[in-house]
Amino acid sequence: MTATNEQEAQLVHHLAEMEEDEGLELAKKMLLEEGADPLRVLELCRKAMDIVGKKFEDGEYFLPELVLAGEMLDTIGAIAKPLIKSSPGEEPRKLGRILIGTVHGDLHDIGKNIVTFMLDINGFDVKDIGIDVPATTFVSEIESYKPDVVGLSGFLTLAFDSMKDTIASIDQAGLREKVKIMIGGGQIDETVRAYTGADAFGVNAVEAVSLCKGWMGVNA
Amino acid sequence: MSAPAISVVNAKAAYDARWKRIMDCVALRQPDRMPVTLFGTFWLAKYAGISHRRLMYDLDGAAAVAERAVLDLDPDTVSPLVLQTAMGPTLEALDYKQVQWPGHGVGDNQPYQYLDREYMPPEEYDDFLFDPTGYYLRVYLPRIMGAFEGFSEFPSIAGGFYFRLFGNVRGFASPALQDAWARVQQAAKVSQQLADANTRFIARMADLGYPMGNIATTGAPFDVLGDYFRGARGILTDMRRRGDKLLEACDKMRVLLVRQVVPAARASGNPIVFIPLHWAPDAFMSEQQFRTFWWPSFRQLMLDLIAEDLIPMPMWESDCTKRLEIIKDIPAGKAIYWFERADIVKAREVLGDVVALRGNVSPSILTTGAPEDVDAAVKFIVDNVHDKGGRIILDAAFGLPDETPVENVRAMFRAARKYSG
Repeated sequence: MTATNEQEAQLVHHLAEMEEDEGLELAKKMLLEEGADPLRVLELCRKAMDIVGKKFEDGEYFLPELVLAGEMLDTIGAIAKPLIKSSPGEEPRKLGRILIGTVHGDLHDIGKNIVTFMLDINGFDVKDIGIDVPATTFVSEIESYKPDVVGLSGFLTLAFDSMKDTIASIDQAGLREKVKIMIGGGQIDETVRAYTGADAFGVNAVEAVSLCKGWMGVNA
Repeated sequence: MSAPAISVVNAKAAYDARWKRIMDCVALRQPDRMPVTLFGTFWLAKYAGISHRRLMYDLDGAAAVAERAVLDLDPDTVSPLVLQTAMGPTLEALDYKQVQWPGHGVGDNQPYQYLDREYMPPEEYDDFLFDPTGYYLRVYLPRIMGAFEGFSEFPSIAGGFYFRLFGNVRGFASPALQDAWARVQQAAKVSQQLADANTRFIARMADLGYPMGNIATTGAPFDVLGDYFRGARGILTDMRRRGDKLLEACDKMRVLLVRQVVPAARASGNPIVFIPLHWAPDAFMSEQQFRTFWWPSFRQLMLDLIAEDLIPMPMWESDCTKRLEIIKDIPAGKAIYWFERADIVKAREVLGDVVALRGNVSPSILTTGAPEDVDAAVKFIVDNVHDKGGRIILDAAFGLPDETPVENVRAMFRAARKYSG
């Protein structure tokens, strides 16, 4: 038996409206009792996350909803992914590749994690390389991952110099022209952008998404 | 720079004039000029050309550097500069796990940084609510400080009675607990040395004519639970998953925080209570969530402090411009609102007849700009806040950024006097 359209709509609704218990229960029922196609269930999750992302952009949802949505997605993913029997075929084409990390000396990651989540649900491939990332690691990751955009995150004022040093290292490695660089974090503004040599800055995750969409030629 | 000769009489007069400037602002009276304050942590390392690590471990050295900076800049108030930096030996003696500091997880020239973790899983809310002291002793302290590890065997006392209490007493013979007692006693001595250094610094500042901008500190109930118990992910999802429990815990935490800080502030002799805030910003939660989860317990905490003749000084981290109309709801002339990134001009418009303001010279201008840029930033605040009737205490957005060039700091203090005097 496969999931009905009504049931599918219900799952999207539960997840998008933060009805966690109902959403997880229905997803489990579909996957474990009714034999629903796990790829289809994950696609429904993606649809729900699109709605979550829109509500965040519209100022209806904030961090509590983004974090909860992420946890619901993780829970369902953990059940669905082992059930995928056949090769999923060609992955849907992503909008672009983003490499993101918190710069050297800074251990903060709340903002970076939110940006990573929002980029992911907006259709980007995102590689998050963590916190306190040395400039040399950014350079080697750019060489191997070949991102379109590099996101440098930092909360402390020490991040200003770390970002500047990281961008200088990327430049020295001959990679500066190959990537767009955006910076973000609690103290970041135009003055810091100019100081570091980044292409742009954002004050929240929505701005990060729209910067990346703009660079990839996608309508925001 | 050697200390100038300051007579006791002149120092007392200077102290009184500086303190009056601050109290005039709090009472929403016109001060003789805009006060400017020195609040810093590792900027002192930059100032003295020493490592962050040394500033954290050398109590007398930190005090000497702080005194030099105060005499150089001549602020109206000073923050507890020694207490805010020289905590390395105490953190080490306690094996404290909620921050990393130079030599313990971060480099010698990096500031200490708090680690966002889940220190209290959700299933422990009820234990905390039922018996917070027991929870602290047996669960929380052993989790966040290695010195307290043996306290997990602290015997259960409550519910014991008459001869049955004898049996409970045996628990104190636990080797792990006895080992912990020894470690905690040693840490207490080290902590007392820090407290003594702080007391000496405050007394020295008073002798030189400089009052403290605050001594006692506390937190907002939601923030304390979020940052030091549940962690970011935990507190954010609690708002959706267990809102009632979270509100109950905020209320309980408020009472505990007030019971801690009122005697501390009274003993310090300084009525201003510094309250750095974390989870209030516009971008973190909706207005409805702010009104439901964050604001009520914090507002009540401020009212509790005001009822004790204390002066709450919350520092509203990040941008809280959209919260201004909500946080206006406290008695007039009783508090200082320090804004980091909120629009200070708008803050004057909305809050000018309710609270004194503090802040908020941009960290990016201070760290990357030239002295003339800093001068212009201060002039903007004088023109648009002080000269328009706002009672503002000039400071950087969250105290001096660690990396600020000394010339820029001097420019900030110079401009404060030049434009508002």
